[in-house]
Amino acid sequence: MTEQTPVVIVGTGLSGYSLVREFRKLDKETPVIMVTADDGISYSKPMLSTGFTKDKDADGLAQASPESMAEQLGVEIRPWSTVTGIDTDAHELVLGDRRLRYGKLVLAWGADVIRLSLKGDAQDRVFSINDLVDYRVFRKALAGGQRVAIMGAGLIGCEFANDLRNGGYEVDVIAPDADLMPSLLPEAAAGAVRSELENLGVRFHLGTVVEQVTRQGGGVELALGNGETLQADLVVSAVGLRPRTELARSAGIAANRGIQVNRALETSAPDVYALGDCAEVDGRVLLYVLPLMACARALAKTLSGVRTEVAYGTMPVMVKTPCCPTAVCPPPPEAEGEWRTEQDGSSVKALFVSPAGATLGFAVTGRFAVEKQMLARDVPPLHQS
Amino acid sequence: MKKWQCVVCGLIYDEAEGWPEDGIEPGTRWEDVPEDWLCPDCGVGKEDFEMIEIG
Repeated sequence: MTEQTPVVIVGTGLSGYSLVREFRKLDKETPVIMVTADDGISYSKPMLSTGFTKDKDADGLAQASPESMAEQLGVEIRPWSTVTGIDTDAHELVLGDRRLRYGKLVLAWGADVIRLSLKGDAQDRVFSINDLVDYRVFRKALAGGQRVAIMGAGLIGCEFANDLRNGGYEVDVIAPDADLMPSLLPEAAAGAVRSELENLGVRFHLGTVVEQVTRQGGGVELALGNGETLQADLVVSAVGLRPRTELARSAGIAANRGIQVNRALETSAPDVYALGDCAEVDGRVLLYVLPLMACARALAKTLSGVRTEVAYGTMPVMVKTPCCPTAVCPPPPEAEGEWRTEQDGSSVKALFVSPAGATLGFAVTGRFAVEKQMLARDVPPLHQS
Repeated sequence: MKKWQCVVCGLIYDEAEGWPEDGIEPGTRWEDVPEDWLCPDCGVGKEDFEMIEIG
């Protein structure tokens, strides 16, 4: 019995598929089995908030079936397979009453959407969009509708607001903070995005929350904390993501905000790795594409036998609000310094400058957005080596 | 002139057209596109683009 035990990957999102694509560049022989709880269709998650702008429905955003991915990458893919446990001592993945032995196991199962507890009888008209399956359900529910209420004014809420306006829908955005994308953008940049979205026709209700969603005719009525009521056909909830850690925790794998891994993407359990939205890499949970791709490349090398640590460079985030192009490179949370802002209408250039005069982060909107690359060159990488 | 496609989202960079929104002039060859240029749609880097046959 010399048959090689496979590399098993849980998840066929951007992390899982990018990892396999990189791994197959280095190792075409080792068997790989990918397990996913959903349909296994390959798609690009950042594109979910561009469907109307690009005139693509869920089918249009789908890139390849699991069958075609399996053939392309030389791997086995098992859709609709839900993992129920991990037996790290036996090196086995538990799927209900079946077990799957792994040589190495990669957790790339993503994050869960945060659901707010709301009062009212129309909970089934509140949709979260975190994958292509969700997007399909949302588009079907929206058919024939005209008015969408979005809870949350973070990156995803703002991107969907822009996209839905481009699709001709009426859009109300309700969020508890006074500014858009408060954890990502400095005030001036957030204000610029807000005023351009308002010019596009988006209505903001900030500093308040949705308390109740009740049925009204074919749609819903939202009762806000500030006493306002709004009508909509459906509600999109975009209030944030929480890395999936529960199964890892119950298997004794260390987790904090995400599944904790070092820069080699190793969890606390031997031969178990994690990357993407479920992982806390070297203390950081970064739910963006660039860090994920860097992790996929490093982990592919490790899985092929050369232990490799990921080195995060400077990783600007682009906010897909075409009405106000925006890019941001947030300063490290512990960084000392201040924002220096130059503004011309909705074009903002804000630099986060340290007491020693070094640029540690930036945010650019409008016509300054084209400077993102040039500015990123001045910002030190997250990992110095 | 060649075309390059983002493996993550499918965006196509056409050397003939460049990417003027990011200051990349029409006719800019892939090797002359700055190394830190990011996919305008999904944000990945140049290493995640593959050359495709001219259609």
